[in-house]
Amino acid sequence: MRLLFLLLKLFPKPDMAALSFVIPMSVMTLFWGIIGGVVPWFIPKGPNRGVIVTMLVLTAVCCYLFWLIAILAQLNPLFGPSLKNDTIWYMYYHWP
Amino acid sequence: MDSFFRSEEMCLVQLFFQTESAHNCINELGHLGLVQFKDLNPGTVAFQRRFVKEVKKCEEMERILRFLENEVVKSNIPIPADFTSETIPFPRDVLDLESSFDKLEQELKEINSNRDTLRQNFTQLMEINHLLQMTDDFFEEAESQLSISELPSEDSVYSSRVTSRRTSYTSTNGPLKLGFVAGVIKHERFPAFEKILWRLFHGNFVLRHAEIKPHEEENMAEDPVKKDVFVVFVQGDQIRGKIRKLCDGFHASMYPCPNNAYARKEMRTNANTRIEDLRLVLKRTEEFRATVLTAAAANLQEWTTKVKKMKAIYYTLNLCNIDITQKLIVAEIWCPVSDLNSVHTALIHGSEQSGSSLSPVVNRIQTQQTPPTFNRVNSFTSGFQSIIDAYGVGNYQEINPAPYTMVTFPFLFAVMFGDCGHGLVMTLLALWLILHQEHFRKLKNELIDMLVDGRYIIFLMGLFSIYTGLIYNDCFSKSFNVFGSSWSVRPMFHPHGPWTNDTLHDSGHLHLDPLVSGVYSGNPYPFGVDPIWNIASNKLSFLNSYKMKMSVIMGVAHMLFGVTLSLVNYIFFRNLKDVALQFIPEVIFMLSLFGYLIFLILYKWCVVMKSESAPSILLLFINMILFDYSSEGTVLYRTQRPVQIFLVVVAVLMVPWLLFAKPLLLYRKHKLSKLVSMADIFVYQGIHTIEYCLGCISNTASYLRLWALSLAHAELSEVLWKMVLQVALRVTSGMGSVLLAVTFAAFAVLTVTILLVMEGLSAFLHALRLHWVEFQNKFYKGSGYKFTPLSFDRMRDMQ
Repeated sequence: MRLLFLLLKLFPKPDMAALSFVIPMSVMTLFWGIIGGVVPWFIPKGPNRGVIVTMLVLTAVCCYLFWLIAILAQLNPLFGPSLKNDTIWYMYYHWP
Repeated sequence: MDSFFRSEEMCLVQLFFQTESAHNCINELGHLGLVQFKDLNPGTVAFQRRFVKEVKKCEEMERILRFLENEVVKSNIPIPADFTSETIPFPRDVLDLESSFDKLEQELKEINSNRDTLRQNFTQLMEINHLLQMTDDFFEEAESQLSISELPSEDSVYSSRVTSRRTSYTSTNGPLKLGFVAGVIKHERFPAFEKILWRLFHGNFVLRHAEIKPHEEENMAEDPVKKDVFVVFVQGDQIRGKIRKLCDGFHASMYPCPNNAYARKEMRTNANTRIEDLRLVLKRTEEFRATVLTAAAANLQEWTTKVKKMKAIYYTLNLCNIDITQKLIVAEIWCPVSDLNSVHTALIHGSEQSGSSLSPVVNRIQTQQTPPTFNRVNSFTSGFQSIIDAYGVGNYQEINPAPYTMVTFPFLFAVMFGDCGHGLVMTLLALWLILHQEHFRKLKNELIDMLVDGRYIIFLMGLFSIYTGLIYNDCFSKSFNVFGSSWSVRPMFHPHGPWTNDTLHDSGHLHLDPLVSGVYSGNPYPFGVDPIWNIASNKLSFLNSYKMKMSVIMGVAHMLFGVTLSLVNYIFFRNLKDVALQFIPEVIFMLSLFGYLIFLILYKWCVVMKSESAPSILLLFINMILFDYSSEGTVLYRTQRPVQIFLVVVAVLMVPWLLFAKPLLLYRKHKLSKLVSMADIFVYQGIHTIEYCLGCISNTASYLRLWALSLAHAELSEVLWKMVLQVALRVTSGMGSVLLAVTFAAFAVLTVTILLVMEGLSAFLHALRLHWVEFQNKFYKGSGYKFTPLSFDRMRDMQ
């Protein structure tokens, strides 16, 4: 147990910042990946199986792509928001 | 199961059955609803067909049934629903039904006309009654006035007192002899009548009138019309004649009114007795009519279905061939291959029922004709299939876009609608439609029927709108802050950043700078658009750039999907030649230009750069096509120039490949035979190439409507918030709550009508257009004809 601990200390700890991006990335990829890739195998055989599987896969692809575009667009912003001064004053005191 | 992805395989089948069992067999096939009869007598006109007389008889019976139904409904008799759906109409039933219908119609017509005459008599008697009563009042009043004062009767006619008139004609020795005309006129015509009397006779008359107030139990007429009793006293017979003519012109009914009280009283007693008698007779007539109609109503549904079925069967028989011996009927039907067995069983069942000894012969034949397109749908998929078919029914066995449309259509709608609050309302509305669909169908309103048919489409549209609304972070134009914004203001202030308290006082708006460390946390908001953009004044700068790039990415992905479906079509039809001659150049063309555009967008998003040195993607793309690398700062990455030159050259090379490869190959194959016209092939291929290549560019731009409509929706939503609801929320006085209640009502009405209905229809239309044009022109031919089987269920639903 202690050896493992020492071993982990050798590897560089992942940045807290980068971690906060990796978590949503992996959660969403996993979620839509399960819906689009795993759930179709469990749909019972019947006349509607093809349609249901198609719908699941397409939904997963469309929704994942849409979310991905939204998060990538904000990854490296070239400019920031322009706020009114009373909004800034409020946010200074009340937002973390 | 696979049938929904492409239309089912159909076969042409010849049926031979005996004339006696024809009705039963066709009846069974109609209940099955799986065969379409081909017209074997295409040359004959409608009235030359064999069973045209029987069809006419059926139509006549339908007319009588409609008349009966009208009468039943008018008398408020409920029609009981019919549960016997298995009634088999035989040919001999036709004659029975026909005669009973004729009899019923005659009877009903007679009853109706008798009742109308009786009613007329009754109304007349009532009017006479009222008239006598009113004139009694006039004369009594005159008498009482006469007893009070005695006026000379020789005075001029202009002293229009009833008294003098009264005296003048009761006493025969007076020089003035007055007559009167009494009658009944419609209330609304009375003023005009009076006016014309004045114009004609300049006041040489006395007119008295009173309104008839009907008592409740006398209301036997269908629409009680308000009528007035009038009495005109005039001098001289000519004038009386003129007044009579005037009364005729105004459709006023005149009644002879006796002069003295005794005669009037007698008349009244007479009238009263007759009224009583008539009342009794009318009641009996109504009762009799009600009995007849109730008896008819009990069978109305059954008869209607029977007649409809018979008409359909005769119509189908008209399509078949009857051979010389009149014993055999030959029919040709289109039928799905997988249902051949059920068709056979149904036919055997039918022939057994008719008691014939020979079972019908089912003979499948090969044919070169194109079969109809049949897509087996259930209640969920039928809505989507119908919106695809509205543009064009697919060719036989080509790929059916409907299963993919089931997701992409609501999704593209949601991209344009993008508000989770409105999406929630839409989903709830669709749930209500789904759960109460029977109730809505009973209303038989065309618009509501359309809504009910599309209830699953609306449901999916609402669900996807909730999702895209959460990603756009837009709920009735407000944002959720669930995970904490990635932008913070504090690092902008001293000592970390450039701002001081004075900067805050000096300017109205301040820009957050992502280059100052800490302002942007480095991690984007994990789900959707950061909530800070909702309160930023430059929110549109960010959102426009994001949504435009998103639209282009979605558009290119959608079109690539369409082109891939064309590959599936080629493989199914074993058309591998076209894979190499059309599919490959199309894909390479699109990928090298627009796939590269998407790469540029993604690269620019993922790579950190300073905003001054960030090149505009639009300019990059334009310069790439024009081979213009002269201006500074035109590279995003080091090897950009050679890569771009290579891609443009490849794309340009695809054009002649698309244009010439296929015609040249066909030319070499058919050099010896002159069957194919080379000019046609070249022109067709040229059109296809131009359409595809130019279409790639224009269709990609067309997808920008995804951005445009979502912007419009968001702005409208914000206007409704800022100008309607926020105004009421900011009122601080006590009346604010009342004002808020009223304003919220206005907000709700405007949201539903403008944002849900208008924007919903608009986004629906645009998403549909994107599918019909931009998606389907990559692979869909859509020039088939639909399979329309003989189906009694469908006929009953269309009723």
